[in-house]
Amino acid sequence: MDLQRRDLLKGTVCFVGFSLLGPLAPAAAQTATSRLPLPLDQVDSFLALRPDGSVVVYSGKVDLGTGHRIAMRQMVGEELSLAPARIELVEGDSALTPNQGPTAGSSGVMRGGVELRRAAASLREGLLALAAAKLGADAATLKLQDGRVVTPDGRSVAVADLAGGAPLKIAMDAKVPLKKPSEFQFIGKPMPRPDIPDKITGRHVYMHDFSLPGMLHARVVRPPAVGAHVLAIDESSVAKLPGVRVVRIQDFVAVASPDEWAAIRAARELKVQWSDSATLTTSDGVLGWAKAGPFSAEETLVDKGDASRIAAMAGAPQRVRAAYYWPVQSHASMGPSCAVADVRPEGATVWTASQASHRLAVSCAAALGLEQAKVRTIYLDGAGCYGMNGHDDASVEAAMLSKALGKPVRVQWSREDELAWDPKGPPQALELSATLTPEGRIDAWTTEMWLPRATANLAWIPLLSPLAAGLPQPKGQATGLVSQNGDPPYATRAVRVHVHWLEGAPLRPSNIRAPGKVANCFAVEAFVDELAAQAHVDALEFRLRDLSQPRGREVVERLAKLMQWQPRPSPGPDARAPLARGRGMAYVHYKHNETFVAMAMEVEVDRRSGAVRVLRVGCVHDCGLMINPGTVRAQVEGNILQTLSRTLYEETTFDRSRVTSVDWAGYPLLRFPEVPRLDIDLVQRLDQPPLGAGEAASAPVPAALANAVFDATGVRLRTVPFTQSRVKAQFA
Amino acid sequence: MAHYRLVVNGTPQDVEAWDGDMPLLYALRNTLGLHAPKFGCGLGQCGACTVHLEGQPARSCSVRLSDAVGKRITTNEGLGTPERPHPVQAAFIAEQAAQCGYCTNGMVMSAAALLARNPKPTREEAQAALAGNLCRCGSHDRVLRAIARASGQGEA
Repeated sequence: MDLQRRDLLKGTVCFVGFSLLGPLAPAAAQTATSRLPLPLDQVDSFLALRPDGSVVVYSGKVDLGTGHRIAMRQMVGEELSLAPARIELVEGDSALTPNQGPTAGSSGVMRGGVELRRAAASLREGLLALAAAKLGADAATLKLQDGRVVTPDGRSVAVADLAGGAPLKIAMDAKVPLKKPSEFQFIGKPMPRPDIPDKITGRHVYMHDFSLPGMLHARVVRPPAVGAHVLAIDESSVAKLPGVRVVRIQDFVAVASPDEWAAIRAARELKVQWSDSATLTTSDGVLGWAKAGPFSAEETLVDKGDASRIAAMAGAPQRVRAAYYWPVQSHASMGPSCAVADVRPEGATVWTASQASHRLAVSCAAALGLEQAKVRTIYLDGAGCYGMNGHDDASVEAAMLSKALGKPVRVQWSREDELAWDPKGPPQALELSATLTPEGRIDAWTTEMWLPRATANLAWIPLLSPLAAGLPQPKGQATGLVSQNGDPPYATRAVRVHVHWLEGAPLRPSNIRAPGKVANCFAVEAFVDELAAQAHVDALEFRLRDLSQPRGREVVERLAKLMQWQPRPSPGPDARAPLARGRGMAYVHYKHNETFVAMAMEVEVDRRSGAVRVLRVGCVHDCGLMINPGTVRAQVEGNILQTLSRTLYEETTFDRSRVTSVDWAGYPLLRFPEVPRLDIDLVQRLDQPPLGAGEAASAPVPAALANAVFDATGVRLRTVPFTQSRVKAQFA
Repeated sequence: MAHYRLVVNGTPQDVEAWDGDMPLLYALRNTLGLHAPKFGCGLGQCGACTVHLEGQPARSCSVRLSDAVGKRITTNEGLGTPERPHPVQAAFIAEQAAQCGYCTNGMVMSAAALLARNPKPTREEAQAALAGNLCRCGSHDRVLRAIARASGQGEA
């Protein structure tokens, strides 16, 4: 269906839209020639009805492997009383879907899905009103049922007949009544994902599997050092490889061939002379770099309570201080980035796995020198990206090369490309300081952060190859909202959070899952643990006595039950044993206004080798209304395991010239033998809005782990990753 | 151009290639249109490209085409389809054991090979057998549950 639509839409879009989809054709179809952005206040930007009563949903948000594909259908189906199986979903197509922003920040269901649900409810109300007029009935008594509006006395009209063949314009109603929890047929059920059977059996068409007739396979030849310039290229070095063409635009170098293996060989064998470049801070020097500045801005994010308590910290003998560090990390997607582009004089189509296909269309248009209206980006599933990885870069590279070569081009990154050149999760340094009251509660608290700053009002995200090729793009960087959750979620007499903003970053940064919050929550929740230990109070009790948020209290209390938590101060009884066991916990109210997560871990630490083994993770998770508890559970599992990997193993290393962690030996991930037992308790709140499950459970992972290691051994880990050698050194 | 005779999913195939050193992965994906094996690293480190060679799991990114001649090759497509899944595939579907699903091919192929030689693996044995398969989304626990289910030790 997807491909058929795409093919049909290439031609006479308006006609297709009307004839195929009936009276409520997609707004995209009506405006495709001008490609104006689809208005977010009109239902037909989001939904189209077919004559048989089935529905097409146009979602600007995409499914990055998280299960949106079923959740969106459940939300729309609920409001239209239509089985999710009768709903088709078009995702992330810049010509057909409204721009609902990037699929980022755990906003897919919370914002994108909620918007679709509101569109569906607005459509239902509009249809019922039309039917009421047609049937001479009271709209309040009518029901929508599988494509028909039905009266209590059994009369009915097909929704397709309601508009009399004319396009149906219904405005989005922000206050439209939504189905009540007692009426839910689909919301709240763990319905299986429609994409899973094809993904398991190898039939699913990923970005990497997509091809076009006459397509060339291309590889970009990366410089041996960041910022190096091309001095000379010896094209004869690849002349014997079949069908190879070399493209050079300033410092952008690529090879292409109809044969993929020839392109790979050519990328390896092309002789390029590059200039020397040694402009980077080394990975060992990042902390020093961050502390030294220069700083582009100073910002106090939180300043609450009795300022005199902060002032009194300076001379307080019992003041506790600690410094925490989070390294540069890669998104480390399993499939290196890939894209296909077909650029023609009349316009360009780019198939992409970007989490931001609408924004990407702007980058492509700029790189191609085309009006944005002439660029169409179409989302296809890639490997999970957890933030902006190399997909956007690969997409623009494919577009640049298709333009240069006059044919459709597929760009596939190598493993080294992905680990070396994907935009990185930025480093974070934090210093915390606190005093305790005589009763052992938090008196005053300060957090000081050193963070790469996101450039304000960036028109679009600058990319690698347009930079190398000297193409126009804005200067600046994106990092996500990295400064949140730097203050404790517990009552204090005074709290201050201050950030020193750094211009630039050691390597090109971007948003990586739960941007900033993973490191901030690591520091805050581990430091809370330090204070609890200082006060000789059980870590869970220490938190609970100054936690007022009721939903926060509930997840912490449920965690205590889940883990059969025995109250006692840390470190525990094993602290001197060669093989020490311990437990630790952490809590987050994500961004202070989203999901609540309490997490605990049981670990075993080998003092002789420094090996940290996670035995069990318990997690209580309240993200409000769970549209699909099955996919929420998968997200929580993924957040836990991915962040364990980031905490235990991951650091992008680099010297003055280049990234040196460029394969899975240099950038190790968590493996199956290290997977702990997972006990997950999901709180369902049918009467609350959904708060997002894509990120929040990442945030408490590192602190829960560090706190468990402290409980086991009495040693406090404040620098990530907790590699075996780093942990072992603590016991020396 | 040379010809290489392969037996893929029970069917003899003639693959034309200019370089016998080309990894088998590209012959499967680009010549034969079998997209289940994925390119993940090209280094034999991640397992996304796993196929069965004479019944044993092998990294198709690291097997030369010329070395695969005459060998019995099975890809995920050869195990089953959504309509008629292999018991391992059926268990993965039942457990929804994928997120992005990019690594899943390797998980299915490694799990099928494990169960062929050890029909009732413990969780630890399954973990050891899949130690060479990387997943970034964190689908590991579901994969282990799927293996338990496929071996009759999990939920039916």
